[in-house]
Parts: sequence; C-alpha cells; structure tokens
Amino acid sequence: MILHDFISYEVLRVIWWGLLGVLLIGFAVTDGFDMGTGALLPFVARSDVERRVVINTVGPVWEGNQVWFILGGGAIFAAWPPLYAVSFSGFYLAMFVVLASFIVRPVAFKYRSKRDSQTWRTAWDWALFASGAIPALLFGVAVGNVIQGVPFHLTDDLHTIYEGAWYMKFAGLLDPFSLLAGVVSLSMLLMHGAAWISLKTEGVVAARARAIGGKAALVSVAAYVLAGVWLAFIPGYGFSGEVPVDGPSNPLHFTVVQTASWLSAYGDRPWIVIAPALGIVGALLTFAGLRAGREVSTLLASACSILGVIASVGLTMFPFIMPSSSALNSSLAVWNASSSHLTLFIMLFGTALFLPLILLYTSWVYKVLWGKVTEKDVTDNSHSVY
Amino acid sequence: MDFGIVELSRLQFALTAMYHFLFVPLTLGLSILVAIMETVYVMTNRPIWRQMTKFWGMLFGINFAIGVATGITMEFQFGMNWSYYSHYVGDIFGAPLALEGLMAFFLEATFVGLFFFGWDKLSKRAHLVVAWLVALGSNFSALWILIANGWMQHPVGAEFNPMTMRMEMTDFFAVMFNEVAQAKFVHTVSAGYVTAAVFVISVSAWFLLRGRHTELARRSITVAAAFGLASAFSVVLLGDESGYNATHSQKMKLAAIEGIWHTEQAPAAFTAFGLPDQDARETHYAVHIPYVMGLIGTRSLTTEIPGIDDLIAESENRIRSGIIAYDALMTVRSERENTPPDVTATFEQHSDDLGYAFLLKKYVDDPRTASEAQIVQAANDTLPHVWPLFWAFRVMAAIGFLLIATMGYMFYRSSFKGMTYPRPMLRLALWMLPAPWIAAEMGWFVAEFGRQPWTVDGVLPTAMSVSALSATELLITIAGFVLFYTVLFIIEMGLMLKYIRKGPVEDVDVTDAWVARHNSRLSGRHEADPIAAPAE
Ligand code: HDD
Ligand code: HEM
Ligand code: HEM
Repeated sequence: MILHDFISYEVLRVIWWGLLGVLLIGFAVTDGFDMGTGALLPFVARSDVERRVVINTVGPVWEGNQVWFILGGGAIFAAWPPLYAVSFSGFYLAMFVVLASFIVRPVAFKYRSKRDSQTWRTAWDWALFASGAIPALLFGVAVGNVIQGVPFHLTDDLHTIYEGAWYMKFAGLLDPFSLLAGVVSLSMLLMHGAAWISLKTEGVVAARARAIGGKAALVSVAAYVLAGVWLAFIPGYGFSGEVPVDGPSNPLHFTVVQTASWLSAYGDRPWIVIAPALGIVGALLTFAGLRAGREVSTLLASACSILGVIASVGLTMFPFIMPSSSALNSSLAVWNASSSHLTLFIMLFGTALFLPLILLYTSWVYKVLWGKVTEKDVTDNSHSVY
Repeated sequence: MDFGIVELSRLQFALTAMYHFLFVPLTLGLSILVAIMETVYVMTNRPIWRQMTKFWGMLFGINFAIGVATGITMEFQFGMNWSYYSHYVGDIFGAPLALEGLMAFFLEATFVGLFFFGWDKLSKRAHLVVAWLVALGSNFSALWILIANGWMQHPVGAEFNPMTMRMEMTDFFAVMFNEVAQAKFVHTVSAGYVTAAVFVISVSAWFLLRGRHTELARRSITVAAAFGLASAFSVVLLGDESGYNATHSQKMKLAAIEGIWHTEQAPAAFTAFGLPDQDARETHYAVHIPYVMGLIGTRSLTTEIPGIDDLIAESENRIRSGIIAYDALMTVRSERENTPPDVTATFEQHSDDLGYAFLLKKYVDDPRTASEAQIVQAANDTLPHVWPLFWAFRVMAAIGFLLIATMGYMFYRSSFKGMTYPRPMLRLALWMLPAPWIAAEMGWFVAEFGRQPWTVDGVLPTAMSVSALSATELLITIAGFVLFYTVLFIIEMGLMLKYIRKGPVEDVDVTDAWVARHNSRLSGRHEADPIAAPAE
C-alpha cells in the first residue's frame, strides 16, 4: 500500500498527538459535566423530586458522553500502544477505582428511581456523587504524576517494569503536586457541572448550582495558577543528539536528558501561552457568567477553560507523553511510542470519516433534548424517566 | 516470569469476559426484536404493538445498563493486565477496538438515551429510526470486537518488526475480512438473536401460564419464534463454518475438541460420546459416527484430519526453527542497520516461528539455552486440556439442535394453530430460558480455552502476555470485581423480576389516549396541548 506515504510518519504522529488531545478534551467537556453533576447532586438538590430533576438533566446523554472515555482508551490502544500498555498497568489500582466508578454510575442512573424506598434512593445518590467526584479527582492526580515522570523502565524486549512495591505504586501517586493537580481537575469539573445544571434547571436548584459553581471556578483558577508556579521547580525532559522523528517506535533508540524546568517550553515556543491564558480567562468568565445568570455562554466559557487547561499540559510537555522518572531513556514521546505508519494512516482515515458524523448526530440529539428539565416533567413522566 | 500472575490474570479476564457476555447476547437480539415490534406499530398503528415495544424495551434497558458497565472493564483490561500483549500486537489489535468506539459505541449509546427519553419529543417515524440505530450500533460493535478476537485466533495481515519488537499491520483488509472473524461474527450475533428469542418466549410463556397479558404474550411469541427459528438455523450452520475454519487455521483446537489423538484416514468419523484421557492420549468408550467429521471438518471424503500426535511433532519442529529466529533476532536488535545480510536472511526465513521459541520462556529466560527435555515439554504444551473442550463443545451443539426444535415447534403453533400453545410446551419453554446462555458461555470457553497456550495463535504465548503486576494487586481487583459483579447481578435480577411481574406499564386504552394526544401535539403547537403530559 502506497497511499499512506502521502502523509509522512512524522506528520501523522503529530496529528495523532493532537487527536489524543481532542479526545481527552471531548471527554472532559461532555462527560465532564456528567461527572460534575453527579458530584454536585447531594448539594444542589435536597428533595427527591429536585434530585430527580438534576439526574434527568444528564439522563438521556451521559451514555453517549461516556463513549468519549471508551474511545479515548481505544484510540490510545490503536495509536499509542506503548502508552496504553505502560499507563494502565502502571496506574493499576487507580485504574481499578476509576473503572469501579464507571461501573457504578450507569447502574445508579438506571436503577435509582426504579424503587420507592428512601434508603435505596439515598444510597444511589451517594453512589452518583462518588462516581462523579472520584474519577474527576483521579484524572488530575494521574496528570500530576505524568508531569513529574512515572517510575518505570523498559527491558530490552520492551516489557514494562515498575520500581517499588505494589502499594507504593498506588500510595505513591498521591504526592502533594499530584493532589494539587487533582484539585484543579475536580474543581474544574464541578464548575462545569454547575454551569450545566444552571442551564438545564430552574429555581432553587439552579441558584444553588450557581453559588457552588462560582466558588469552584475560583478554586480552580487559584489551584491552576499555583500548579503553574510549582512547575518552575519540576524538571522537564528533552532529547539529546539526533532525534529520528520518523524512525521505528522504540523508546530505547533515543537518549533523554532532564532540563531545569518544564516552563522552559514557554521560552522555546512562546505562543503556547495561549492555552493557560484560555484556561484562566475561561474560568473567570464562567465565574462572572454564573453570577450574572447567563446560561449558554457560561457553559461555553467553562468548556473553553477545560480546553485551555488540558491543552496547556500537552503543549508544555510536547513531544513527551509519559516520561520516566527512574530510567530517562524509557520515556514515551510522540516520536517513539506510536503505532506504525500504516496503522496511524488507517486510523486517521477512520476518524476523519466518523468523527464528523458523530458530532453531527450528537448535536442533533442535544437539539431534540433542548430545554429545561422541570419538576413537572419528572412527576408527570415518573415511570419513564430516571 | 511469575506463573501465579499468569493464572490470576487469566482468571480475572475469564471472569469479567464471561460476565460481560451474560448481557451482550440479550442486548444484541432484544435491540432488534424491539425495533421489529416498533416497526409493526408504526406500520399498523395498533397500540398493542406500542405496548409491546415499551415493555420489552424496558427490560432491554435494564440489561443494557450492565452490558455497558461491564464492557468498560473489558476495554481497559488489556492495558491493565495484558500490557506486554498490548505492546506486542496493539498496532493491529487496537485498530478494530478504536473503530468499534467510533462506529458502534457512539451510535448505540447516543441513541439509546433518545430511545427512552424521546417518546414525547420525536415523531413516530423518527423514534423508529432511533430504535433501529440502537440495534445497528450494538451489532456493529459485535462485528468489530469479533474482528479483533478473530485476529487473535488467526493472525493475518501482520508482520513482526525486530526494531520495535512487536507485530505491525501490513494489510488492513486482510484483518478486516479475516474468514475466521466473519464466521465468528455471524455465529455469535445469531447466538445473540436466539438468546433474545428464547428470553421473549419464556417470559411470554410465563404470562400465558398465569393467564396475564395474554394479548401481548401471544404476539410476542409469534415475532420471537419466527426470528428465533431463522437465527437458530444460522447459529448451527455458522457453527459448522467455524469448525470448518478451525481445520485449517487452528488444527490443534479442532483436534482437541474432537479428541482426534492420531491422524485418521479420510474420511474421519465424528465422536459423539467418549471420555478423553490426556495421559493415555486416547478417548475411552468412544461412540463414533462414520464419515461425519470428515464432512464437517474438510467438506470432503478424501482429506485427512491431522491428529494431536502429529501436531505436537510439528510444534516441536517449529520450536527448533523459532530458536534460530530468536538467535538471529538478538543480532538484528543489537546491530540494527549494520546487521550482516546473512543474519537478516536467516531471521526472515525463520521469523514465522519466533512465537514458538517464546513458548520456552516459561522454562528458561533465553530460549537458546533450553534443554532437549524442555523443548519436548514446550511442544507438549501446545495441546490444551482435551476433556473440557470436548464436552463444552458437545453441550453447545446439543443445545443448538434443541433450540432449532423448540423454535420450530413454537413457530408452527403460532403460524398454523392460531397462536395457541399447550401448557406443557409453555412450561418447557419457560425451562429453556438458561439454555442459550449456557451454550454461548460454552462457545466462548471452547474458542478461548482451546486457543491456549497462545494469546495470539502461533505468535504470542499467554504466559508472556501479562503485565508485571504483583499477585496482591490481582487478588485485590479480582475480589473487587467478584464483589461488585455479584451485587450487580442480584440487583439486576431483582429488577428484571420486578418489572416482569409488573407487566406492561400502560394499559391499551391509556396508550390509545396517548397516541391521540401525541398526534395532536405534533401537528399543532406545543403549548396548545390542553392535556397535561401523559403519565407513562
Ligand atoms: C459479540 C458481541 C460482543 C463481545 C464479544 C464483546 N462485546 Fe462489549 N458490548 C457488546 C458486544 C460485545 C454490545 C452488544 O455492544 C454491548 C453489550 C451490552 C451493551 O450495552 O452493549 C457491549 C458493551 C461494551 C462496552 C460499553 C459500550 C457502550 O458504552 O455502549 C465496552 C467498552 C465494551 N463492550 C468492550 C468490550 C471489549 C473490550 C470486549 C472484548 C473482550 C467485549 N466488549 C466483548
Ligand atoms: C465476551 C465474550 C468472551 C468470553 C466469554 C471470553 C472468554 C475467555 C476465557 C474463558 C478466557 C480464559 C481462557 C484461559 O485462560 O484459559 C479468555 C481469555 C482471553 N480472552 Fe476472551 N472471551 C471473550 C471475548 C474476548 C474477546 C472479544 C477478546 C479480544 C478481542 C478476548 C481476548 C482474550 C484475552 C486477551 C484473554 C487472555 C489471554 C488468554 O488467556 O488467552 N476475549 N477469554
Ligand atoms: C450445532 C450447533 C453448534 C456448532 C456446531 C457450534 C460450533 C462452534 C465452534 C466450532 C466454535 C468455536 C469457534 C472457534 O474456536 O473460534 C463455537 C463458538 C461459539 N459458539 Fe457455537 N456452535 C453451535 C451452537 C451454538 C449455540 C446454540 C450457541 C448459543 C446460543 C453458540 C454460541 C457460541 C459462541 C458465543 C461461541 C464463541 C464465539 C465464536 O468463537 O464464534 N453456539 N461454536
């Protein structure tokens, strides 16, 4: 097959690095408000009807949104197999906790209102809270760890080996910087969930969401700025010598060195400052919008903030994806951890074909479901809604 | 390599996959049955069909939720527990998985919400389209995952790259149109269709036995029996196709399923009953049916089917050839571009057998240092345990014929006897409920256990595929999954029973009123609707 030579291996790798970002952002923006809504549920809604209103704002869409997460997994597998292999086996127990949340959530949505008992429903409400808040926190913690480098090395056969005992693999994730990153992601998704609830509900529930969301927005800005300052003291990564950008995907063929700080990226590529700026301005606009009671524009501002924050991590670390703290030369980067030229090309073809289609029908579904969910909707359709 | 880790990882994968597949077949079939019922409703405008759509749709929803929840585990488990596998074949295997997400999961998951929440918001036709899109989505998902699984059984369109120490794709279309995957796809989705048909018939039979919702139950049986009969035939025919494929792609699996210890003169006989004995390499008390195996396996009366003895001897040769490949690989890897041409040539000549050298990694770190005894041992390892395969296969096939008989009878009563069913038959139908699930689990067991000791047939042994985890981590997650899944199962069964007992939510006259209102609302303005939104 000659066709795939039309796009060079190097360009394809960069495109797939970008697509990885698109998928993560798609996940955080869509499923993000589901997680935020779940985490806010016990606080913005008190009575059973109020809670059902909040749950039904995401009722018809969370399932589709969650596929961004699944597709994220699938796309990493297809385009970045070493990343898929190293990260999920490395964050093993943390992944299990995330999986547990994603197992509980569908069930909680579906089953909560299928029984009248108050204990039954309260139990599921807390399950929804946990399944929203825990992954929201852990995703940030994972990013915090990746930024600092993960203790693993690759053998000559490219087996992945982790340093340290199994419990340290889990407990070691929770260092101060990573916890701060967790606070960023949790508060960001709470802000996003609040913007969603205030768009989709009315009255007291929306008012509570606006109040909490405003605080979350401020916390997220503060934590994000603090993390940015902290970054000045965290060593960055770079390649030394010749970098074969279109060579075989084998990390061991590269030589990696540490630099003084990740922030030097902003010296090399000043334009990337757009990303953190967007992250901060977006969150501040969300804060203002929640105060002023604007709805659609606030949700958009919150989405922009998420986009900026996630993009800033990727752009700062480029070309590294998952550096190793214990064996520099095992670090995974855009040039050494991708699939083959042919696979990247075929997957790009598939994505170019289906992603626009997905966006099209997803927007149609949102359009059909447009409008606020009211208490009356819930009580009138008690059997068919969540 | 720590052996406990391999066993525990296999246990965890088997548990979670087999659990996922308790829900999958029902989703595959019921999504289509519900869409068919809704089609009849839209075409005839008879409220009873809408009632059926909503009733079975509700049960579909309860099942779907756990199908999704348990599927997510599967998607991430390759990376968590099988990281070397993910590295080694991700270049090929990841593609269908990602395409499954793009093409199938988005479709089914986006529209399933609208299916349940869109009754009041969509026109009848638009809602029908949504129902079909959900069905299409789940069936696409089966297609892609079975292409992925088919590749593990019969790896085509890929080549080993010594520079990256992994398999890389050479021909995407070969992967996509893999004959093993095609046969698997039709066999497995048909199994799903039969499962749903049996489910609908059993629940309806229960209603009829109790004299409840008889209108709904009779019609449901009619639809399900016709659908189920066609699928039952398809399951058995494509099961035969899978067996036929195995004769050239996975000879060892076929030989083990059939207990063919020694190469038989054509035409081979089929062993209907027997007690396979692994140590004696013999099947005791075997009851043979002459010619049949030759016909199934080779579709001819003159082709031999190789026996286990010969296949093990062949494995031994390939292990020796693999050691040569491994030796050359070490040079290629250290010299890279400066590899002497004769070493490259040696590697290319033997690289197809590289996976066989890896079988020795279970015993020695460097396959080149393996002793004669270890080579013989590794060759013997290429034979999976025979008796579980032998019996699992027979249980599946027996259930296949039983299902054809049941469906045929039900179809006959519903088409030619005015939808009347004798009570003993109804009771039998009720008891048939677990049969398709048992057959499907047996089928996966045959396909996956029969693939051992390989994860990817002839390419990567299972023992090498695992992540470097500790037994503690695995025990924690296994315990976690068992706990979660048990609780989920109890809740799911409770709700299923509750909603089956409750029967259809709407009465027919309520539906009538709803349809009238719905039509007026869609033709007029929204606010003009004088009656409050219907309770349903
Ligand atoms: C023959 C069919 C089949 C098989 C062998 C598998 N699945 Fe499955 N899967 C489905 C058929 C299906 C489905 C019918 O599409 C499901 C089941 C119930 C459901 O809700 O969708 C589903 C759901 C489902 C989901 C959730 C999708 C969503 O949100 O809609 C994921 C991530 C997976 N599966 C992943 C897997 C993986 C990684 C498997 C391999 C080990 C696997 N499934 C085996
Ligand atoms: C949902 C239906 C499935 C069931 C019930 C099932 C069943 C099993 C069982 C019983 C095992 C353990 C075999 C053993 O170790 O003895 C296993 C292993 C495995 N299966 Fe499947 N399987 C299913 C689908 C799949 C699919 C679709 C794939 C790939 C796309 C797959 C990939 C694997 C892998 C990687 C292992 C572990 C390695 C191994 O033991 O070979 N399975 N499965
Ligand atoms: C006479 C009837 C049947 C025959 C001859 C048959 C044959 C087979 C064979 C040879 C395999 C193994 C394929 C492989 O190794 O890759 C298989 C697998 C399987 N069977 Fe059957 N089967 C029959 C009936 C059934 C029934 C009734 C069901 C369920 C309702 C079923 C469900 C499955 C499933 C789910 C698998 C695993 C997926 C696959 O490999 O295709 N089978 N069958």
